[in-house]
Amino acid sequence: MLGRVANSIFWMYRYLERAENTARLLAAGQRMSLTRGRDMASQEWKSVLTTLGLRQQYEAHYDDYVSAHVCDFVLRSKHNPESVLTMFERARTNARSTRSAITGEVWEAVNEGWMTLRDLLAKPVRDSNLNMALGAIRRESSLARGATHGSMLRNQTYAFARLGTFLERADNTARILDVKYYLLLPSLSYVGTPLDTGQWDNVLRSLSAERAYRWLNAGKMDARSIAQFLILDDRFPRSLVFCYSSMRENLFDLAQLHGHSGNAHELMREADQRLSGKEVEEIFDQGLHEFLLEFIAANQSLASAISQDYRFTA
Amino acid sequence: MTGSQQDNFDEMHTGDGSVREAYEGYQQWLSGQDEAWMQRKNFEAESFFRRTGITFNVYGEDDAEERLIPFDMVPRVITGGEWRRLSRGIEQRVRALNAFMHDLYHRQEIIRSGRLPERLFRDNAAWLPQMVGFTPPGGVYTHIVGIDLVRTGPDEFLVLEDNARTPSGVSYMLENRETMMAMFPELFSKVNVRPVSDYPRRLASSLAACAPEDSRANPSIAVLTPGIYNSAYYEHAFLADQMGAELVEGSDLRVVNGKVQMRTTVGFRPVDVLYRRVDDEFLDPLTFNPDSVLGVPGIMDVYRAGNITIANAPGTGVADDKAIYSFMPDIVEFYTGEKPLLPNVETYRCADPDSLKFVLDNLEELVVKEVHGSGGYGMLIGPTSSKKEIAAFRAKLEEKPEGYIAQPTLSLSTCPIFTRKGLAPRHVDLRPFVLCSPDGVDITPGGLTRVALKKGSLVVNSSQGGGTKDTWVLDD
Repeated sequence: MLGRVANSIFWMYRYLERAENTARLLAAGQRMSLTRGRDMASQEWKSVLTTLGLRQQYEAHYDDYVSAHVCDFVLRSKHNPESVLTMFERARTNARSTRSAITGEVWEAVNEGWMTLRDLLAKPVRDSNLNMALGAIRRESSLARGATHGSMLRNQTYAFARLGTFLERADNTARILDVKYYLLLPSLSYVGTPLDTGQWDNVLRSLSAERAYRWLNAGKMDARSIAQFLILDDRFPRSLVFCYSSMRENLFDLAQLHGHSGNAHELMREADQRLSGKEVEEIFDQGLHEFLLEFIAANQSLASAISQDYRFTA
Repeated sequence: MTGSQQDNFDEMHTGDGSVREAYEGYQQWLSGQDEAWMQRKNFEAESFFRRTGITFNVYGEDDAEERLIPFDMVPRVITGGEWRRLSRGIEQRVRALNAFMHDLYHRQEIIRSGRLPERLFRDNAAWLPQMVGFTPPGGVYTHIVGIDLVRTGPDEFLVLEDNARTPSGVSYMLENRETMMAMFPELFSKVNVRPVSDYPRRLASSLAACAPEDSRANPSIAVLTPGIYNSAYYEHAFLADQMGAELVEGSDLRVVNGKVQMRTTVGFRPVDVLYRRVDDEFLDPLTFNPDSVLGVPGIMDVYRAGNITIANAPGTGVADDKAIYSFMPDIVEFYTGEKPLLPNVETYRCADPDSLKFVLDNLEELVVKEVHGSGGYGMLIGPTSSKKEIAAFRAKLEEKPEGYIAQPTLSLSTCPIFTRKGLAPRHVDLRPFVLCSPDGVDITPGGLTRVALKKGSLVVNSSQGGGTKDTWVLDD
């Protein structure tokens, strides 16, 4: 397949995944802002912007942190080059430029998703409609993923699609964990207080993980078991270990299909060594924040290696 | 341009209001359909096109807006007998076109014989000196041709234009049929319509037959598109998809080891046949426009070394401008030794002083076109133009008469379209798609029928708001 097409597919799925995770994050933020006092609400919105890496851009346009402004900025603002609407539009442009590499079902899912969101986000979303709008974003992205599963040949294109999805997802999970744990908690003395517990509950919600977590850890809500779950549990589809296990498979498939492996495979082996057999205690001994920063950087290096190994650009 | 409604040939009805033979099956079905249900179907069709993204881009509008070409649900029906006569005429014309191009770029016997003035190619912007003395692989110049036809009576089909460079619209021919079959499946079990869906397969094998000799067994075919902002991008992607060919952009291609190669995830891989949808001018920045980023530096050298097939061949545009068009009957006769089976629309060459005088005296009655214009731009439609517009055009014409031709306003045939008030006649033309290879000329039974949506209008171009409809050739 063409390097340009591999690049477009990879990024198409990264954008779809990012749009979906952004919607989850906003939903969790909204819930927090409704269940806490005003001060906490604005802290919460600040953390949403920090997680998304949009805080500076936001502060250039607003001096408060109310839900209407944050949601509008994140979802559809022209001042935000990473808005959900823009991400979906980029996913659609990438799909359009690679139409002959994806199935008609995938193209239609992405194209219809974009049309739906374009209409939905044509005007600012009212608070009372926010849940519905966020649901629609998750749903459209899920439809595209479903069409991908159900209709695409398991070839290179599929492998690049899956790599894009899981690389982005791993990045998102790591960022949410990091921001919540490190930036929002005012100090370590809060650990174990109701505030801390509420934050952890919100971390789980940001990743649609609350129910799965409860099944496995009835009645428990502490940093260690949540970190264990979101980083190391290979059954949860948004855990770092799960994402990396999928990426390993897809990179393996690419090596098989291309008949050789490259730098990306080397980095993957290193990542495996860092994650496999890891105990959550070791992570806390190293420092969760340090661990996550290292992970995010390694994830980024892997993305560049994939891009170089497979000649995404000239 | 406009024509009065009464004296037009109606494709569906005869003068006394009864239904013509071609439409008997359709009419029988239609009379059994519920009006409100048909209206709903009309709405359904649009959402289908929107959802599947069958769009074209309009230049010069905000963000190169993607638009739908309006689709009309009433098919344009041609009987098997009519089609056989048409096909013979088209084949004759396309063979002549290829022979003409070979001659122009080699011995130029038609010029020597005095049948064609030399200035016609010397002054022609599409003429490429790089092609002189070179024969493309397979000897084919125009691999894909779109012959635009109009009809003025039961047996009167005339050629309006020969599109020998990169004719577009074939994806609409195919999608219109898919849409009709999805919406009215029972109609197709009642009426015997010849299929068009194998066009992409025919295109692929026709292109393969023109591949350079040493790759002909299993050539690698790619479609070259200027990218997603091109007006016909949908078609480029569609054809690549349907042929199982790579859809490439200039930045994907590079000349490596004397071959044009595409950058794949495993490295560079050769391309043997390039169905290019970029104009000559942008094809090779080393040979033509140095600013172009759409093409491939050095591709012309590879081409001239015989290591790639470019479809259509560079320089084919020399055969399809409107000045050459007026000579097509002579060209057909010169190369085939036969009388042309399909006539031209009567055409006045404004370069000729007598014709110019006639045209200037009769501007109100005529359609005047730029020799190098296309898409309905840069033309004057005398009968519907204001005095001011005519005066302005007169000045342009006097200044550069050789840049124009003129034709009488024809009473083009009409075909009914579906409106909110039921069926209403509108003017149509027809673009059948023709493939050429060393194996022969292959014409897909059907084509793209373009229809003027405004009552009385003769302008069918999609860039000017025209629509399209499914074209049926009956299997009778």
